[in-house]
Amino acid sequence: MAVSKEARDKTGGGKATGAASPNGQQPAAEQTPDLGGERLLELYRKMLLIRVFEEATQRAFRQGKIGGYLHVYIGQEAVATGFLDAYREGDKVITAYRDHAHALLLGSDPNAVMAELYGRGTGIVKGKGGSMHLFDVERGLMGGYGIVGGHIPLGVGMAYALRYEGTEGIVQLYLGDGAIHNGAYHEAANLAGLWGKSGMNPTLFIIENNQYGMGTSVERATAMTDLGAKFDSYGIEHEKVDGMDVAAVIACARRATARVRETGRPYAVEALTYRTAPHGAADIKESYRTREEINQWRQRDPLGLVEQRLLDSGAADEGRLGALRDEVKARVDEAVRFADESPEPPLDELHTDVYADVAAQQETEPTHA
Amino acid sequence: MPELTYRNALRAALTEEMARDESVVLLGEDIGVYGGTHLITQGLLDRFGAKRVIDTPIAEGGFTGAAIGMAMLGLRPVVEMMTWNFSFLASDQIIQNAAKLRYFSGGQVGVPIVIRGPNGGGVQLSAQHTHSLENLYGHFPGLKVVSPVTPYDVKGMMLTAIRDPDPVIFLEAGALYGTKGEVPEEEYTVPFGKARVAREGKDVTLISYGRQVNLLLRVAERLATEEDVQAEVIDLRSIRPFDEETIVASVKKTNRAVAVQEQWRFFGVASEVAAVIQERAFDYLDAPVERVSGAEVPAPYARNLEEAAFPSEQQVIDAAHRVLYREG
Repeated sequence: MAVSKEARDKTGGGKATGAASPNGQQPAAEQTPDLGGERLLELYRKMLLIRVFEEATQRAFRQGKIGGYLHVYIGQEAVATGFLDAYREGDKVITAYRDHAHALLLGSDPNAVMAELYGRGTGIVKGKGGSMHLFDVERGLMGGYGIVGGHIPLGVGMAYALRYEGTEGIVQLYLGDGAIHNGAYHEAANLAGLWGKSGMNPTLFIIENNQYGMGTSVERATAMTDLGAKFDSYGIEHEKVDGMDVAAVIACARRATARVRETGRPYAVEALTYRTAPHGAADIKESYRTREEINQWRQRDPLGLVEQRLLDSGAADEGRLGALRDEVKARVDEAVRFADESPEPPLDELHTDVYADVAAQQETEPTHA
Repeated sequence: MPELTYRNALRAALTEEMARDESVVLLGEDIGVYGGTHLITQGLLDRFGAKRVIDTPIAEGGFTGAAIGMAMLGLRPVVEMMTWNFSFLASDQIIQNAAKLRYFSGGQVGVPIVIRGPNGGGVQLSAQHTHSLENLYGHFPGLKVVSPVTPYDVKGMMLTAIRDPDPVIFLEAGALYGTKGEVPEEEYTVPFGKARVAREGKDVTLISYGRQVNLLLRVAERLATEEDVQAEVIDLRSIRPFDEETIVASVKKTNRAVAVQEQWRFFGVASEVAAVIQERAFDYLDAPVERVSGAEVPAPYARNLEEAAFPSEQQVIDAAHRVLYREG
């Protein structure tokens, strides 16, 4: 398990990689599941779609075609890819504002996602939410949210509702390392633990620990840097996983989702990962980290690790990987073209979706005699 | 018609709706085993069980957010704020999530939640436990905000609130929980966005909502008996949606208006009332619209100071005299 050894080296933490699990916390050595070549290739294709899609959004942002904020998932692809591999129909997914990958992985139309970022009427939320608020309720995506920590109580409430209605669904609740210092996290985790005692809270907390809350590293944000251990306070068991290795994440996700589904109790996984892209598209200086640190993490790029495994095992050769890249690039190009050519939302949409009943909205609009 | 207290009218609405609709659940601090700090939920835990009557830790942001999540999946949670003063801790959830989710999800998600509890002052709770938040929550599109004063309206509007597909901020007059009024036994609802003419008159319109409506009724009685001035009293009932029509129709009749609110003067509901009147009935006015508001101070404790901090009968009478151009 060369990968696991590398992960241990990483998390041992020298100065350059000090941000990775600063107190030497290590993910459990994970038995890599037996992923056949075709299955690994399919996972690779999903991660590649995220990567290429995100790179296209960065270009569009620089061209001024995407406004507002833009937070990309580059470097973290293995985390959501691995966990959403264990998604079952009826589950709910909620995350913060780094949400493009989650939508794509749940099967949202890349055209509609890109069109949303472009602020078009064909966008997945009709151009009303933008990058931070992707929803695809039909596919279980209950939203991306813009206020750090603010979505965590919602996910815990959803888990209660799933059990109240007698379903077997669970909630995959994604949060960043930065959110764990927010009161909303602590209040919600406390409720999850409490409600879980009677089997009423199938929440899987997934900490996407990318080492920085915006530009503040974990050790500059808390004296207790073992983020998974924060769940101890609320009676919620937890583990860590190497969030750069999709095979390790999948193994963890299978076990964790099955456990949560079965018990109706919450569980937490801290995925150790790294955002190799800037925090937001406007984060240019990156004065809070070194080029060396980024390069060191890039050596364990989640896509690179899978490529290596595919090549080493003979499941794919360079030719096959190249063809896959072309195919994914064509798909993303199509999404960009679709977004670019889509019309802006009709102005009538300004006043819809404020209330269920459009008349209720009109009553609050100023009227003149 | 049987009489119920404000408190019992609330409990009757919750009980009937929980019996009718299994998706209704209650959350709040000490609403179950304790029976509710204000006894609104007394007996409901025994009747409906702990799955539906959920005692929460003291964590307003957490449990309000969780209730919003429940509502997103189709439950109809009714959250008790032990008092609305604690809602500042939940305001991020109310404003950033409940009010906006339908919009930023492009209509994919609704939040049929009711958040209810006592609002306003009058019981010597001093600065941190005395606020009237109707203007704060009324400011945000996506929320509905109501403030009933009679037991009849309390019950009818609570049923409307629970059945509403959008988030409702239900501001109760805590000082009036023990007051009585007629409440029919048969089911009825009171719609939002419709003000009530609480007393008819032709000489001046007095406008408020919540607890202050009772003050206006006392003032109107005094004006009638002492001065033969017939004041019309309008109870707004609903802050958002806001019933402009009833206000405008009354002012067109009386040509004079006084808007009264317990909250601070600046940026309050009374300011909105005055603005609507000048926009829509300017040519009918015989005097500038007067506002009577709370004093610009944090709420004090001492009985006399608290009384001085809120609108008084005399202040309203003085304002009515000014718009009538009468000597005091």
